[in-house]
Amino acid sequence: MLRDITIGQYYPADSMIHKLDPRTKLMATLVYILSLFVFRNVAGFAAVTLWLALVIWLSKVPFGYMVKGLKAIVIILLITVVFNLFLTPGETLVSFWKLRITEEGLKNAAFMTVRLIYLILGSSILTLTTTPNQLTDGLEKSLKPLNKIHVPVHEIAMMMSIALRFIPILIEETDKIMKAQLARGADFESGNLVKKAKSMVPLLVPLFISAFRRANDLALAMEARCYHGGEGRTKMKPLRYKRVDLIVYLAVAGYFVAVILLRRFL
Amino acid sequence: MSIILDKVNYVYSEKTAYEIHALKDVSLKIGDGEFIGIIGHTGSGKSTLIQHLNGLVRASSGGIYYNGQDIDDDDYNRKELRSKVGLVFQYPEHQLFETTVFADVCFGPKNQGLSRKQSELKAFTALRSVGLPEDLWYRSPFELSGGQKRRAAIAGVLAMEPEVLILDEPTAGLDPKGRDEILGLVAGLHKERHMTVILVSHSMEDVAKYVGRLIVMNRGSVMYDGTPAEVFAHYQELEEVGLAAPQVTYLMHELRGRGIPANGTATTLEEAKQSILQAFSTKCK
Amino acid sequence: MNFIEARKLVHEYIRRDEEDNVESILTALDGVDLDVKQGEFVAVLGHNGSGKSTLAKHLNVLLAPGGGTLWVDGKDAEDADNLWAIRQSTGMVFQNPDNQIIASVVEEDVAFGPENIGVPTAEILKRVEKSLKSVGMIQYREHSPNRLSGGQKQRVAIAGVMAMEPKCIVLDEPTAMLDPNGRREVLEAVEQLNREKGVTVILITHYMEEVTNADRVYVMDNGKVVMQGTPRAIFSQVDTLKSYRLDVPQITLLAYELRKAGLAVPEGILTRQELVEALCRLY
Repeated sequence: MLRDITIGQYYPADSMIHKLDPRTKLMATLVYILSLFVFRNVAGFAAVTLWLALVIWLSKVPFGYMVKGLKAIVIILLITVVFNLFLTPGETLVSFWKLRITEEGLKNAAFMTVRLIYLILGSSILTLTTTPNQLTDGLEKSLKPLNKIHVPVHEIAMMMSIALRFIPILIEETDKIMKAQLARGADFESGNLVKKAKSMVPLLVPLFISAFRRANDLALAMEARCYHGGEGRTKMKPLRYKRVDLIVYLAVAGYFVAVILLRRFL
Repeated sequence: MSIILDKVNYVYSEKTAYEIHALKDVSLKIGDGEFIGIIGHTGSGKSTLIQHLNGLVRASSGGIYYNGQDIDDDDYNRKELRSKVGLVFQYPEHQLFETTVFADVCFGPKNQGLSRKQSELKAFTALRSVGLPEDLWYRSPFELSGGQKRRAAIAGVLAMEPEVLILDEPTAGLDPKGRDEILGLVAGLHKERHMTVILVSHSMEDVAKYVGRLIVMNRGSVMYDGTPAEVFAHYQELEEVGLAAPQVTYLMHELRGRGIPANGTATTLEEAKQSILQAFSTKCK
Repeated sequence: MNFIEARKLVHEYIRRDEEDNVESILTALDGVDLDVKQGEFVAVLGHNGSGKSTLAKHLNVLLAPGGGTLWVDGKDAEDADNLWAIRQSTGMVFQNPDNQIIASVVEEDVAFGPENIGVPTAEILKRVEKSLKSVGMIQYREHSPNRLSGGQKQRVAIAGVMAMEPKCIVLDEPTAMLDPNGRREVLEAVEQLNREKGVTVILITHYMEEVTNADRVYVMDNGKVVMQGTPRAIFSQVDTLKSYRLDVPQITLLAYELRKAGLAVPEGILTRQELVEALCRLY
C-alpha cells in the first residue's frame, strides 16, 4: 500500500552525481527547472533533452527505475494535455461537436507534457542521488543567509530530517492500528463520504496520540544527548566543495546561457 | 468450532527485491476449547500466522477453514469471522480512542450492528470479566495505568463475544505483577468459559505454565507441535534456532547428568519441585 | 565523594486544572538516598509506577529535584550552570528504541551527541567508530535504523551515548520492549562496557534475571528505596520482593520452594549452576 511509493527514494550507487555536494545539486536542479520554462522551440527542447540524458547517464540510476516515479503523475499529465489541446485558441486543425483542436493547442500540449515529465525526472535525480540527511544539510547551509532575517533555518532542517526518519515508522503504525480496529469490526471502506470520514476517527485518534508520545520521547532523548539548537554544533561530515563542484557550477551556467540563447536566436 | 489450515503460504511484496516468504506450507488443526501457545523469535512468522486466522491477511496459497467453511470463498462473511475470532494485538492499548473506557469497549459490539443497549450490556460484561474496577469505566482511557489500559483493550475484544481469543504477546512491557494478572485473566477465560485461546509469547516459562499445546514457529514453518513437555524435550534443537526451554528444564537435565533421577520432562516450577523432592525422598528410603 | 550522591530526593508531579488550582499531587520520589561509586554496576528494581523512571530522569537532569540534594560527578544538579556538563557525563538510554534514534543513518545518529557538544569533526569520526565497535554494531554503520532489530537499535542508542564519552550510563528499562534475544544482546553490551571500559552503569528494570551480575541492587516502591544490597542478599528475601510486586527468577524461586519443603538448600541462589551444585552436595 503506502509502502510501495518509490517516487524520489534514495537509490544508492557510486556515481559522480552521487558524490557532488548537495548544494551544487540543489542549485543545478533549480537552474534546470528554470530552463524548462525558458525553452520554446525544438532547438531548446533538444538542448534540454541532451542535458537531461547526460545527467541521467552520469547518475547511474536505471532509467526504468526513474520512469516508475512518473506513474504517480499520469492523471495530472492527462489533464494538462486535455486542457491545452482543446482550450488553446488559434488555427483549427480538427473539430468535432463543440471541441476543436488547434495547431497551437497541439504544440502547447506537447511542450507542457514534455515540461512536466522532464520536471519530475530532473528533480527526482536530486532525491535519487542524495540521502535525505545530505539534502537537509545542503538546504540548511544554502539557506543560512536567511538566518539574518530571523528565519530559523537550523530548526527547519532538523524538523525535516526528523520527519524523514519518522515517516516510515508512522506509516507502519497506521497499518497496525488499522488492523487492530478492523479486528474490532471497524469498516473503513463502505458508506458515504461523511460516514467514511467518521470511520477514520478510530484510526486518527490513536495515531495522533502515538505521534505526540513519540515526539515527547524524542524531545527528551535529544535533550539527554545535549541538543540545544544549532549554536555551537559541529558536524561529522561538514559540507565542503570540491573541484568537481566548481566544474559542475560552470557547466550549469554554460547550459543555462545556451538555453537562453537558443530561445532568442532560433 | 475448529480452525483448519491446509498448506497455507504467505509471501510479502511478491516478485520484488523485498520478497519474504513469511509462511511456508503451514498446516494446523485448532480444536474447540484448546489453550495453545505459539513461540518463535521475531520474524518467525507467528504474527503473520495469527492474522490469517481471523482473515485480516489473506493467504497467498492454501486453504483456511473455520467450522468447515472456506474463509477465502467470495461469499464468506469475513467481518463476522473477525468477531468470532477475536485478535488482541501487541500493545493493544494503542488502539484506544474513545473519550471513556466504556465507550471504547462498546466500539466492537456497535460494529457488529447491535443496538446501543445490547452493546452496553456486552461492554458491561466484558469490563467485569477483565476485572477493571467500576470507578475507572467512565474515565478517559488515557488516565489509566499501563496494566489497566491493557485490560480495557482486551475487554474491547471480549465484548464482541468471540469464540476464539488470540493474544499477541499480551504481557509485553508490563511488570511481573501485571504480567501474572493478565495471564491469570486469560487462563480464567479458558477455564471458565471454555474459550479457545491462542497465546503468542516470548516467555517459555509462561507458556509452560499455562498452555496445553505448544506450536514452535521457525522461518515461517511449524517446527514443533505438541505438549510443552514434548516440545521442550527438544531443547537442544530449540537453542540452535535461537530459542530456549524454561530454566527448570535445563536444571532437570543437568541434575540427571549428575546422577540425580530428576524428571527430564518437567517444564514448570511445580513439576520440577515435585520431581526433585521425590528423588530425594526415594533416596532416603 | 561518590559519583552520584542523592540525599532525601523528592519529586512531585502536580496536576492543575484550567484555573491553575492544584488538582492532585503525585509524589514520585519520596526521600530517596542513592550512592553510586565510579565504575559500579548498580541496578534499580521496581514495578511500573514505583518511581524508578523519575529517579533516572533526575540523574541526567531531565527533571530538576523538587527537594533534597543531588550531586552528580561532583556537581550540584540544582545549579543550572551544571546542566550540560552533567548530561555529558551521565548519558541516558530510554525504553523505546524507535523514539530515541534521531537520524536516518546509524553512524549519523551516533554522531548526534558529539555534534551537539561541539566535538571537532575528525574526533567525531573516531568516536563514532570506537563506540559502534564497542557495542558490536560497526558493520551496520551505513544502515538505516528502520531495518534493524530491537536489540540492534538499542545498541545503536547505547553507542550514541558512548560517543559522548560519559563516565556513567543510565538505562531506563532498555529491554522492556525487546524479545529474549534482543534483551540478551543489550545486557551483554552493557556488562561489557562496565567491565572493560569501566563505565558506571545504572540499570533500571523490572526483570530480575538482568540484575544477577550487578554489584548492588536498589528496590523501589512507592517513591522510596525499600531494599538495597547485593543481588544475593536481595534475592534471598523472596516474600518481601513479592510484596513489592516483583518476582524472582525461576531458579531462585525453585530453590526457595525446595528450602521451604525441607531441603537444606542455601539462601539466595542466583544461577542454575549454583542450584545444581547445592543439590548434588545434598544428594
